[in-house]
Amino acid sequence: MPVPVAAIIGAGQGGFQAAASLRQEGFDGRVVLIGDEPVLPYQRPPLSKSYLAGETGIEDLWLRPTEFYAKQQIELIHGDTVAEFDRAGRRLRMASGREIPWDHLVLATGARYRPLAVPGAELDGVLPLRTLADADTLRQRLDEAREVVVVGAGFIGLEFASVAIARGADVHIVEITLQPMGRVVSAQTSQFFTDAHIRWGAKVSLGTGVTRILGANGRVTGVETTDGRRLSADLVLVCIGVIPNAELAGKAGLAVDNGIVVDEHLASRDPSIFAIGDCANFPTPFANGRVRLESVQNAVDQGRCVAAHITGHPEPYQRVPWFWSDQGDLKLQIAGITIWHDNAVTRGRPADGHFSIFCFRGERLIGVESVNRPADHVVARRLLTGEPALSPEQAADEDYDLRAHARKLPASPRAQ
Amino acid sequence: MPKVTYVHPDGAREVLDIPLGTSVMRAAILNGVDGIVAECGGEMMCATCHVYVEPDQFDRTPPQSDDEKAMLEFTASERKPNSRLSCQLVATPEFEDLVVYLPETQV
Repeated sequence: MPVPVAAIIGAGQGGFQAAASLRQEGFDGRVVLIGDEPVLPYQRPPLSKSYLAGETGIEDLWLRPTEFYAKQQIELIHGDTVAEFDRAGRRLRMASGREIPWDHLVLATGARYRPLAVPGAELDGVLPLRTLADADTLRQRLDEAREVVVVGAGFIGLEFASVAIARGADVHIVEITLQPMGRVVSAQTSQFFTDAHIRWGAKVSLGTGVTRILGANGRVTGVETTDGRRLSADLVLVCIGVIPNAELAGKAGLAVDNGIVVDEHLASRDPSIFAIGDCANFPTPFANGRVRLESVQNAVDQGRCVAAHITGHPEPYQRVPWFWSDQGDLKLQIAGITIWHDNAVTRGRPADGHFSIFCFRGERLIGVESVNRPADHVVARRLLTGEPALSPEQAADEDYDLRAHARKLPASPRAQ
Repeated sequence: MPKVTYVHPDGAREVLDIPLGTSVMRAAILNGVDGIVAECGGEMMCATCHVYVEPDQFDRTPPQSDDEKAMLEFTASERKPNSRLSCQLVATPEFEDLVVYLPETQV
């Protein structure tokens, strides 16, 4: 009998984890891990943090050394892309012409940066931050850059801004909404970080878009804003979100709606095809319906879940989502998905720089945003797993012992 | 370079020479020592690089920050008095012949 093949498209954190976990779970067929970047699988979070700042080197980014893949018998293909996958014939066709058969297919295709659709976006010095190559370019450009405009105040834009300021550039952050990180955090946390960036020396223009990018001799010289200002710049970072890489799945007839649509087992409508990580749109008990999350935790835990499924231990995916961001001397940690809250309770004093926002929907705790309060974050991950529920009054009471409360909860970080 | 011994739950031992300034976590990842997951890459976010330091040698390791103590609440295997996150064990000359025990599970 031919050995079964598990093919994984995408060698980011999720694809890597699926491959490693398949071996841990004892999968004895072939494991083929395909990445389109010409390097070993690596961690992305440091690209906008310590790596960009020059505090860590490339060797700190690799998820595992080269030998790991041989030892685990993971066939790593990097630098080639999948042109299409044939569902009926169970084959992948690569851009190079090579064909790979599969029995289980894991789509871990991630997301790509969303370009800014304005004139001048092609000018030299207008750059994205998504890949290692992007980070290498930016790291070098920051040596020279004096005036930096950051278009988009999400995690990546703000992390980049804090590094650019620390490296001596003048930074102007331009955000089209009125709330930085508004897609992921409460108004209180957003305001706190906006104030912090201003205190560190950045200019921040909210409710402001970019109408075009200005240049001379092919190089960027500034941006023109929706309110008619011209901000001069020798470096423009575009970080206005991402587009999930779902085209291959769509072409193969799978459902696509803000990512590849999967069920609670992360399986598509074809039960031998799964989607994980940034490209997957999945149902979760932690939100009001379906979500697509961009985080290490989500990619890694979903990789494990799918590996368990393929090796005969299917369980619905119900891990507590968590996220983090480092900006200047602030560490933001988020447990749960807070964006659909209708009641935000502050614990601690934002003026002291250490606080958490406990986010409730009615009486139900749905998530906690912690700033330089890791103990709250750790407890929050457990609080989100079940009964007894924490009340808004308990959350607000600094004398109420959260750890003791959390100890009454089940130890496993799962939803009930 | 200090020699550090990693002891697996089944008693198997692996010995690594760790350059000064490199963490016990990072050295394990770079050398393919199973049993250290390090999901967050050393950001003290995940508690999946948990180790138990040989109790007699605990004093040789650097002091624990409040952040590390908080994260140790979240380890998958039992937290003991000699529990550490190995991402915080950055090698110093004091680490010569240090022994760390890997827990049953990290996740």
